[in-house]
Amino acid sequence: MSIVFEKPHALSDVGFHYCPGCTHGIVHRLVAEVLDELKLEGETVGVASVGCSVFSYNYFECDMVQAAHGRAPAVATGVKRANPDKVVFTYQGDGDLLAIGTAETIHAATRGENITVVFINNCIYGMTGGQMAPTSLVGQVTQTTPYGRKIETQGWPINGCELVSQLEGTALAQRVAVNNVKNIREAKAAIKKAFTYQTEKKGFTFVEVLSTCPTNWGLSPQESMKWMEENMMPQYPLGVYKDKGAKGE
Amino acid sequence: MQKEFIISGFGGQGILFIGKLLAYTGMKNNYQVSWLPSYGPEMRGGTASCNVIISDDAIGSPLVTEATEVIAMNSPSFVKFEQSVAPGGTLYYDSSLVSPNPTRTDITYIGVEATKLATEMGMGKLANMFLIGKVLKESKVFEMDVIFEALKGLVPAKKPELYDLNKKAIEAGANL
Amino acid sequence: MSEKVLMKGNEAIAEAAIRSGCKLFFGYPITPQTEVSAYMSKRMPQVDGLYLQAESEVAAINMVYGAASTGARAMTSSSSPGISLKQEGLSYIAGADLPCVIINIVRGGPGLGGIQPAQSDYFQATKGGGHGDYHLVVLAPSTIQECVDLTYKAFDIADEYRVPVMIMGDGMLGQMMEPVSFPEHDDSVTFDKSWACSTTGMKRKKNIVNSLYINPDELENLVWERQKRYDLITEKETRAESFFCDDADIVLVAYGTIARVAMNAVKKARAMGIKAGLIRPITLWPFPEKEIQKAAATAKSFLSVEMSTGQMVEDVKLAVNGKCPVEFYGRTGGVVPVPQEILDKIVEMSKKL
Repeated sequence: MSIVFEKPHALSDVGFHYCPGCTHGIVHRLVAEVLDELKLEGETVGVASVGCSVFSYNYFECDMVQAAHGRAPAVATGVKRANPDKVVFTYQGDGDLLAIGTAETIHAATRGENITVVFINNCIYGMTGGQMAPTSLVGQVTQTTPYGRKIETQGWPINGCELVSQLEGTALAQRVAVNNVKNIREAKAAIKKAFTYQTEKKGFTFVEVLSTCPTNWGLSPQESMKWMEENMMPQYPLGVYKDKGAKGE
Repeated sequence: MQKEFIISGFGGQGILFIGKLLAYTGMKNNYQVSWLPSYGPEMRGGTASCNVIISDDAIGSPLVTEATEVIAMNSPSFVKFEQSVAPGGTLYYDSSLVSPNPTRTDITYIGVEATKLATEMGMGKLANMFLIGKVLKESKVFEMDVIFEALKGLVPAKKPELYDLNKKAIEAGANL
Repeated sequence: MSEKVLMKGNEAIAEAAIRSGCKLFFGYPITPQTEVSAYMSKRMPQVDGLYLQAESEVAAINMVYGAASTGARAMTSSSSPGISLKQEGLSYIAGADLPCVIINIVRGGPGLGGIQPAQSDYFQATKGGGHGDYHLVVLAPSTIQECVDLTYKAFDIADEYRVPVMIMGDGMLGQMMEPVSFPEHDDSVTFDKSWACSTTGMKRKKNIVNSLYINPDELENLVWERQKRYDLITEKETRAESFFCDDADIVLVAYGTIARVAMNAVKKARAMGIKAGLIRPITLWPFPEKEIQKAAATAKSFLSVEMSTGQMVEDVKLAVNGKCPVEFYGRTGGVVPVPQEILDKIVEMSKKL
């Protein structure tokens, strides 16, 4: 009997706590597959954040450090500076990375901190039950924007990739999505490139993954994918925003 | 022995350095010493002061409130610390910068035209050393050769010529 | 024992940390402790260590969290307002059982307060500061030599019990110079770091550094387990010095540089025929209750002297436990008391005996 499909070794053999239809599971798997393929599991320390991904320390087989809300890039900096030749990644949501942790994100990037940040953008705070995120869209209804996000009171959504791509220390800034097979393949390639650049000590690598939150969006998983395509992608266009390893750069 | 100094003047006059010279010399000669600077949003031209204690015994409070010697290198320092001299103590001041208006009879006042004389000798930045030379001679806290030996340890290794200059200034001050 | 050198408290602490094997320092400038950072930025590259200026005190303490997670000896330093910012990180560090050392060179508060010496962070340091059931071990040096000795000790206590240790001085201690020597550091003592996240190398099961436990029973068990370690620390690491307490009628309690000022007052009181004594807590947490209780068996009154409006006095009262009156004398806002004003208070108290 030949094995045609199996769980990545770097993904722990435990059940996820994520809601049905949530795309965290896909991204976890992609990260684990990359760790397997690059044979990095035994060389890596992951840093979990606060939000739905708070339990991600249970899901990866490498050493895992759980960080305070927004502080993952600072914690990862401490881990990396103590072990410059090891691989360090953070796994953070939009509230963690672009609200409470904006300073830590920006400064890790501008230092060219040689870490990989996997950024899950689903335009909402999931763990606390669906409040407005810094990336929530104008007009988006959430628990704390019941009349829709208004520019007058809450301003505009913030674009992570565009922001960090402006910083010299950033080696890779790429926005991907996990709404279909093609995009999932591209997402994996981006994550793999990020980890590869890290092993080559190229600098700060940042992969933003457009994701869904069916539970808090109040949509079915299929409807969520469609909502992402129709509403998120115009605000957050997919693509490579910076690539120091690309030809011509 | 227990000598307690308050040294005060403008930032840039080498106030902290002569304090450090006293403390360092004390340490090298096995006394207990402490050196406490005033600190704050201060810069060149602002005020600078430090407290130095040299003692045979363990030093309690490093804060000097009854100084055996006050060294004032500007007028505000003279006014501010005149009342901090212990009865029987001495207030040294740079008489080329301070117009003294003594209010006490239980202390000794010794004025030295440190800045003027130092400038005349082409060592304008070493007025502090002129003054400390006089202080050392009068207070007898340390013998001159002890100070010179310690001075060697404080002069930056890259600028050995500073040793001779400082020594010359201290000697000139002591001979006034 | 090295030759004596004249050093500022801030610099002595930094050098002692390096000699203790601290290879990672994360700082952020704030008066009056900036010399710690400046010294580290100069020395760390010479010993193949790291000095990193963080974007904030919040980031600095979280970098310490990350570095400590790997089992490395790490330190950060700040002064009162910056230490307030670090409280989140300190709670997480305590909750994740990480060893590290934090320096607080206290200045007047609250708010921006001032930059002159104070002891008004006693509550924050000893009663929690951050959220949750936890303690910092708090060491309070009173001389520059003790800054060195307690920094050595701080790293060992941190590693032995897996707790954060704070060295709390005041602006005066940070800024003043005294002769100091650096005893040979005993590098032969090793500590268990099998919990550290320094990568598995595919040779062991993964480690997790974490403070999150959703199941209340699990969290309770862990918190009680940690409490047992705190009890052990209280039993083994509590330190204080007593002077003239055997026959003292009035026992002063003071820590840090103020203990030195109080000592001057005690000696002057003795010269006047007043039987005064002094207890100097060296560990503020754990608080030296037994020393106080011992003195309280014969003393007629206590006097807590602090550069605050009265914080440690609460612990003195708890330890004295009503056996005799406990009075307080304090200056705050950055004002350092002089011996005479403490002596005046002692004289006033002696008239009531």
